[in-house]
Amino acid sequence: MSDKFSIRKYLRDVPLPFCAGCGSLTVMNQFLRAVHELGNEDLSKFVFCSGIGCSAWIPSPHFVADSVHTLHGRSIPVATGIKLLRPNLNVVVFGGDGDIVGIGLSHFIHAARRNLDILVIMVNNMVYGMTGGQVAPTTPFKSKTTTTPYGSFEYPLDATKLAVTANAVYVARWTTANPNELKESIKKTLEIQGFRFIEVVSQCPTAFGRRVGFKNAGEMLEWFKRNSVPIEQAEKMSEDDLAGKTVIGEFVQKHRPTLVQTIYKTIEEARKGVEKD
Amino acid sequence: MKVVKPGTYFWQGNEACAEAAIVAGCRFFAGYPITPASEIAEHLSKRLPEVGGIAIQMEDELASIGSVVGASWTGTKAMTATSGPGFSLMQETIGYAFITETPCVIVDVQRLGPSTGQATKCGQGDVMQTRWGTHGDYSAIALSPNSVQEMFELTIKAFNLSEKYRTPVILLADEITAHMREQLTIPSIENTNIIDRKKPKTDDKAFFGLEEIPPMPAVGEGFNIVVTGSTHNDYGIRFTADPVVHRRLVERINGKIQKHADEIVEVETYNIDNCQIGIVSFGCTSRAIYEAVEMAETKGLKVGYVRPKTIWPFSEKEVKQLSETAKKIIVPEMNLKQIFYEVQRVAKCSAEVIPLNKIGGGELITPEEIFQKIWESARF
Repeated sequence: MSDKFSIRKYLRDVPLPFCAGCGSLTVMNQFLRAVHELGNEDLSKFVFCSGIGCSAWIPSPHFVADSVHTLHGRSIPVATGIKLLRPNLNVVVFGGDGDIVGIGLSHFIHAARRNLDILVIMVNNMVYGMTGGQVAPTTPFKSKTTTTPYGSFEYPLDATKLAVTANAVYVARWTTANPNELKESIKKTLEIQGFRFIEVVSQCPTAFGRRVGFKNAGEMLEWFKRNSVPIEQAEKMSEDDLAGKTVIGEFVQKHRPTLVQTIYKTIEEARKGVEKD
Repeated sequence: MKVVKPGTYFWQGNEACAEAAIVAGCRFFAGYPITPASEIAEHLSKRLPEVGGIAIQMEDELASIGSVVGASWTGTKAMTATSGPGFSLMQETIGYAFITETPCVIVDVQRLGPSTGQATKCGQGDVMQTRWGTHGDYSAIALSPNSVQEMFELTIKAFNLSEKYRTPVILLADEITAHMREQLTIPSIENTNIIDRKKPKTDDKAFFGLEEIPPMPAVGEGFNIVVTGSTHNDYGIRFTADPVVHRRLVERINGKIQKHADEIVEVETYNIDNCQIGIVSFGCTSRAIYEAVEMAETKGLKVGYVRPKTIWPFSEKEVKQLSETAKKIIVPEMNLKQIFYEVQRVAKCSAEVIPLNKIGGGELITPEEIFQKIWESARF
């Protein structure tokens, strides 16, 4: 791109709600950089849906765009209604781990199964940050949170593996310590159809990091770097070696008919039937 | 067949509701199977694609109503249909549709609760869930058909009210009215009043205020709409602590329904200004009152009734008028006194309000039972 990236062009003049060091800012920045690098002067070709949680505030009300800030866990259903009736718009869902694979888990699986044409960006901070740091379905085993004061006695869910199993056409996982890979991944997904999922392992220094021994966001990013294993390398490692590690990279890239395609084909066939009557 | 041709048909209530939705302009339906509402989903799954619309079965009722809300923001008229258990699951999103002023229609074909209860049997126990089901200050519009003809007419009316007032509207049907088959007459489209939401002008920006019922844009039209279930200002921007912004918003969205109750309320009345005994009844139960009144009249008793077709807002004016002439008002309903207390609230001390309740097995309240109550009430 020849012209310089200016984030303000895409943002409303409304104060941002994020804590200092929040990973959602990296996700917001990299998303808008991707949009810019794809040549979008504005966000008029997009609709954003989000649920409840800190990362749901990435698009709403900040992006100068159509955005629907829905209920906790229900961003994907609302996105379904929008995408099916406005197939030409690029529908993007932002949500946290609690929103997408906690309370909204079933919608996530079914949207992937249907191959609904949306991009879901899940900011996984491993905790319920907005409500003060309670255990999440993604919290690492033994982590102390406000509702697991003795350490979590549950094992976390791997949302990326789940998306692969549910037949998403594009699945990638990055951390906020891989901003360039994240941006390139977003660019790629914005130009393809079908159910696309990007998990971004992100730092919540306020409600998670400080309770598990990190002094600041920087220390968490260092931890992400130390703890990440590229998928190519992970494939050669044993399950024991991978325990507690975050596998990053592109997990799936494939084609299959999308829900928009199959539903509009059905309508076309039904209408032909009526015209014959 | 595209939109149903005018004429006389012999249909099931659920079928009439589905066809009426198409006439009203509904082009998106999302639902989840549940007795006794499934026929609406089945019928629309066949019919909507024929008219270029979309019907989809979602993974649950939360997703059904969620996608209906999304569809509505594309400028499409949208509907879901369910029964008590699914209606309970939808309540949070009904509140979301209310605060975001999203027009949509929710059909609740009542069955016998609480919980799974007697899942295939008729009940009228969702009256108060319809009124107060979601949390926070909420004003409902709900319609109560008592025939297949009204399943058709009131479905269209539900869409019209929803579009006019920019709010979710509930069609509170019941298993009997939805499953029975009877004759209905369908007028021509030209003779059917269809209301569409007010669209904004190109320079409009206040989609959540300034006017009592603000214009509603659709996504993709260049308005940069901000929709949120959090308290928001006239432009949709979140204000989660300002008391004035909250008061203004919530008082306006309740007021736009309550202040127009007279325009919204539709009611069938008989002899309400000249009777000894009154009846207030709605939905399938009200089908028995006509014969009961006839039986009473042959005995020389003067009986009047109010049959609300709009269950919410409640038909206060008519019930008040009835209470001023009738000494006693009988309230037959297939629940344990849900509308009874509403009648009592309106009647205050001017008439004695007598309950007549029956639940279980889907057994209807018979004309004889209502007549018996009239007879006892007139004598003692």
